[in-house]
Amino acid sequence: MDNMNYGQTIKRLLSYFKYYKFRTALALILVLVSSAVSVASAAFLRLLIDDFITPLLGNQNPVFDALLQALIILAVIYAAGVISTFVSKRLMITVSQQIMKRIRDRLFEHMQKLPIKYFDRKAHGDIMSHYTNDVDTLNMMLTDGLPQLLSTAVTVVVVLGTMLYLDVPLTIVVVLGALAMLWITKVVGTKATEHFFKQQESIGVVDGYIEEIIHGQKVVQVFGREQKAMEQFARLNDGLFDDSATANKYSNILMPINANLATLIYVLVAIAGGAMSISGWNTGLSLGIIAAFLSLSRNFTMPIAEISSQVSMFVVALAGAQRIFNMMDEQPEADEGRVTLEKNLDQAGWVWKLEDGTSVVLKGKVEFKDVRFTYDGKKQVLQNITLYAMPGQKLAFVGATGAGKTTVANLLNRFYDITEGEIIYDGINIQRIRKADLRRSLGIVLQDTHLFSGTVAENIRYGRLESSDDEVIQAAKLSYAASFIERLPDGYETWLDGNGNGLSQGQSQLLAIARAAIANPPVMILDEATSSIDTRTESLVQKGMDNLMQGRTVFVIAHRLSTVRNSDAIMVMEHGHIKERGDHEQLLSAKGTYYQLYTGAFEWD
Amino acid sequence: MVRKLLQSVREYKKDTWLTPLFLLGEVAMEVIIPLFMAELIDQGITGGQMNQVTKYGLILVLFALVSLVFGALAGKHSAIAMSGFGKNLRYDLFRHVQQLSYSNMDKFSTSGIVTRLTTDITHVQNAFLMIIRIAFRSPVMMIFATIMTYRISPAIAMWFMIVIPVLAIGMMLIMKYSFPIFERAFGSYDDLNKVVQENVRGIRVVKSYVREEREVSKFQAVSQRIFAQMAKAERILAYELPLMQIVLYAVMLMISWIGAKLVVGGNMTTGELTSVFAYSMQILMSLMTLGIVVIMVAIARASAGRINDLLSEQPDITSPESPVTELHSGEIEFRNVSFRYSDKAENYALSGINLRMASGQTIGIIGAAGSAKSTLVQLIPRLYDVSEGEVLVSGVNVKEYNLSLLRSQVAMVLQKNVLFEGTIKENLRWGNEHATDEELIEACKAAQAHEFISTFPDGYDTHLAQGGTNISGGQKQRLCIARALLKKPKILILDDSTSAVDTRTDALIRNVFKESIPDTTKIIIAQRIASVEDADQIVVLDEGKMVDIGTHQELLDRNTIYQEAYYTQTKGGEALDG
Repeated sequence: MDNMNYGQTIKRLLSYFKYYKFRTALALILVLVSSAVSVASAAFLRLLIDDFITPLLGNQNPVFDALLQALIILAVIYAAGVISTFVSKRLMITVSQQIMKRIRDRLFEHMQKLPIKYFDRKAHGDIMSHYTNDVDTLNMMLTDGLPQLLSTAVTVVVVLGTMLYLDVPLTIVVVLGALAMLWITKVVGTKATEHFFKQQESIGVVDGYIEEIIHGQKVVQVFGREQKAMEQFARLNDGLFDDSATANKYSNILMPINANLATLIYVLVAIAGGAMSISGWNTGLSLGIIAAFLSLSRNFTMPIAEISSQVSMFVVALAGAQRIFNMMDEQPEADEGRVTLEKNLDQAGWVWKLEDGTSVVLKGKVEFKDVRFTYDGKKQVLQNITLYAMPGQKLAFVGATGAGKTTVANLLNRFYDITEGEIIYDGINIQRIRKADLRRSLGIVLQDTHLFSGTVAENIRYGRLESSDDEVIQAAKLSYAASFIERLPDGYETWLDGNGNGLSQGQSQLLAIARAAIANPPVMILDEATSSIDTRTESLVQKGMDNLMQGRTVFVIAHRLSTVRNSDAIMVMEHGHIKERGDHEQLLSAKGTYYQLYTGAFEWD
Repeated sequence: MVRKLLQSVREYKKDTWLTPLFLLGEVAMEVIIPLFMAELIDQGITGGQMNQVTKYGLILVLFALVSLVFGALAGKHSAIAMSGFGKNLRYDLFRHVQQLSYSNMDKFSTSGIVTRLTTDITHVQNAFLMIIRIAFRSPVMMIFATIMTYRISPAIAMWFMIVIPVLAIGMMLIMKYSFPIFERAFGSYDDLNKVVQENVRGIRVVKSYVREEREVSKFQAVSQRIFAQMAKAERILAYELPLMQIVLYAVMLMISWIGAKLVVGGNMTTGELTSVFAYSMQILMSLMTLGIVVIMVAIARASAGRINDLLSEQPDITSPESPVTELHSGEIEFRNVSFRYSDKAENYALSGINLRMASGQTIGIIGAAGSAKSTLVQLIPRLYDVSEGEVLVSGVNVKEYNLSLLRSQVAMVLQKNVLFEGTIKENLRWGNEHATDEELIEACKAAQAHEFISTFPDGYDTHLAQGGTNISGGQKQRLCIARALLKKPKILILDDSTSAVDTRTDALIRNVFKESIPDTTKIIIAQRIASVEDADQIVVLDEGKMVDIGTHQELLDRNTIYQEAYYTQTKGGEALDG
């Protein structure tokens, strides 16, 4: 947290209030009123003693009419204070909750626009913690912290004014005391903050270990490693204890120190006031003023003591706010494309609407021209890739992990942008096509299937939201998912939790294929889409997909050779190059890498 | 529920008790201080006696210092007690989870368990701190302050007795109406997190299908719900401060009126009047902090309930009371085995399985996705227990064995391989902690992993990332096999664990098995016919039923499922032979 810029972060946080100018201003005024009233009640003590009690002392038949009148006026003032408090609280709640919603929504909306690169680079746990921890602490600060800070500031200013009005020398005594308090807060608070950040780190480590072990619980049990896991956990947990205990020790002692410093200041005021008054050095100092000062000094120092015990919370919350803003500042995915995809009105199919308004029929011809690509600017992942897929062809990529197969798919749908060269789609450079339309024209099924919380039917319908129940069932049949779906407790209405709990990997893949099938895209990319499906089912699925994709272009990326055998062309990738290309028969007779793979003499690493 | 959670306090009992004890000291000082402040005003300032001012000033300073020491000690011990309680509770829960079976865990989602171990514990821990500090401090403060007031003026103290219940009832009403809304809001937070999590994990799917807008509106719907619920709950809470002020101000007015009369009547001093004001502030402030604590505790109650649910989940697979402690051979028998994942499930995942595997045999299992191949083998090391029938290993029902003995003798390489963050060596030693380097190398040679490990610059000390993402799928699988071999098991189960390994290496591994562990029963689940074709018997599963069993040749002759699988995998193979 070295490069924290608190000023900038606070400013940016405050800028959210601009949408609620009127309400915020009104709330501020009301906070001012209610703080003033609470200060007034302390000042009234002086009035009570000096004007209503002292003159009556020794009086045999005291008349309390004046006091009653004063109390009635005070009651009215109090009522105004209570109403101000209530209204300002209500206003602040609506404003701060709306700001929280705005920040949440904006964060999520922005996240949706971020490039895939961001998600590949960042640990998912870190992204999640922006929504959970960071927004939470921010919420606490906005709803409780800020109003309190505000009323403290107002109270302190009003009390200071009152004190100055009453007596300057005594005010100096109180202010000096308060400065000492702030200094101690700074020293102890900095320590506490330091350890709170350490604690955050330890929490991260412990949470990470919990995630890893709980997700790998099956392996832990199979190997009987429960004991070892507990030992390791205990070690990390002890580390967290140390940091947490230290951080809390510092922050817990801050309040007693400051609260008792307030008492010391009180004593100081009494001694100084007494000395000034009795010695006659300060003649304007009445008994009532000293009594009021004693009360005021508490009104002045207690809010400072309370706020200072929350300094660590503020710093941690600000760090969270900064992380949120950092994420909002991430560059969104650039999209300069203006060519759009439209449904052809005359006949079935799609057309590209070019920039000048002319149309080009979508056929699914894809060309790579001298494409080079690097993820990090150093390691070339793809080099001089030149290939083309004619409409209706099935093109396959095989190769080792890291050979660049998946990268080809990532580039085609522009999850990443190529470093050099061109990718041409139906004669249009894909840079010219609006990303959303480009992606709509491509169906992609990934190895790591991702299902959403919802019913089986909803998950399939994700491919085309407006599809009917019949179409959902058709798609499931086509991808051979129908038979297992029908055996699920509630069939198509079976609820899937998050990552398809309860489904095997193979079943999840079948659902993902059904989801792509219902989208019915002109071009399909299958990236290890059938890796967990047994070969028999795979061949059935393939047959179905072949029928669906008749006359359309298909890219297949696979490890298993049986998956790619009936492709029109197979690219054997190695270290970012296309090492061999041809159809199954040609590659076999070439007796190269593909042949060796096929005969099992060679393994990808 | 509370008692169960409090068992985690253990060695921090001392700190837990010391905290309120020191707070008691602090509160006593805080209550006494206004008394001497009154003396200071009455004797010193009103009387114009500077030496009295100094005297009471010094006494006050002394009390303030004592109070500071007490307060600081309470702060220190409360920090230790709270962190310690959190530590123990987290450890206890983690340990409990380690004892749960798969079917136990299936009831709670993985993310549910993680939330309980993280966020929920933090909530409970904070509530614990609040309880030992403020829940004790505030009532004591109120009692002390009332007593002190009573000593000065019984009439004013009586007023407190009337006012305090009014305030208490008001706050109770506020809580009663706001809690349920808060609880609902927290439920909505869970939903929100779920949407975010699914989007972060599935961002490629979202973008491929251009569903960003739909996801945003999904998110906004939940976000709006949270806004509505939180705003509503907070708006109810907003009554608290004004209510508090009304009472406070009423008390002030009342004290001013009664107090003025008393002072003028000579029954009270000016200083005492100031003290009474101070006490009234202390009482009402205490009541208010108590109110805040009650809210926090109520919020934590939901978390405590969730933790308790998990802690109370009885592990349904445990060692029997007097377990069989020896396992002689790798002979396995399934007798009329049926299985369903929960009692509520209508369909059986497996039904009517009868199967015998002799010690040392190699058994292949094939079947379509969802045919319950993995389920079948998970019954052997009791990852799940059968619903009906029995599974016997070495002639003894698996339920009669000591659980860790059974699992140490049954090595299983799972379909979802998991390697953990750490070096290759550390990961391998999961199989046998005490394995020597030679044994590690031997196992890796058998699993055909030694060769590629040797090519790494750091060899066996190569660091693996979480989930082993920095090595290839085939390499990962071979490491997992080596890890299982190190257990020197009587039964070895490979659940589709050579799918990313090429056929030649696959065959080499199987050869090593045959030669170096001839007495170990080997069960191989595979999609590739080649992986099972030389097995002693091959089981064909279909939709949870065993449809056939036999050797490769027998099945090829009579079983259509097997024929079809064989045909799709070897089509074109003729060209190679020629």
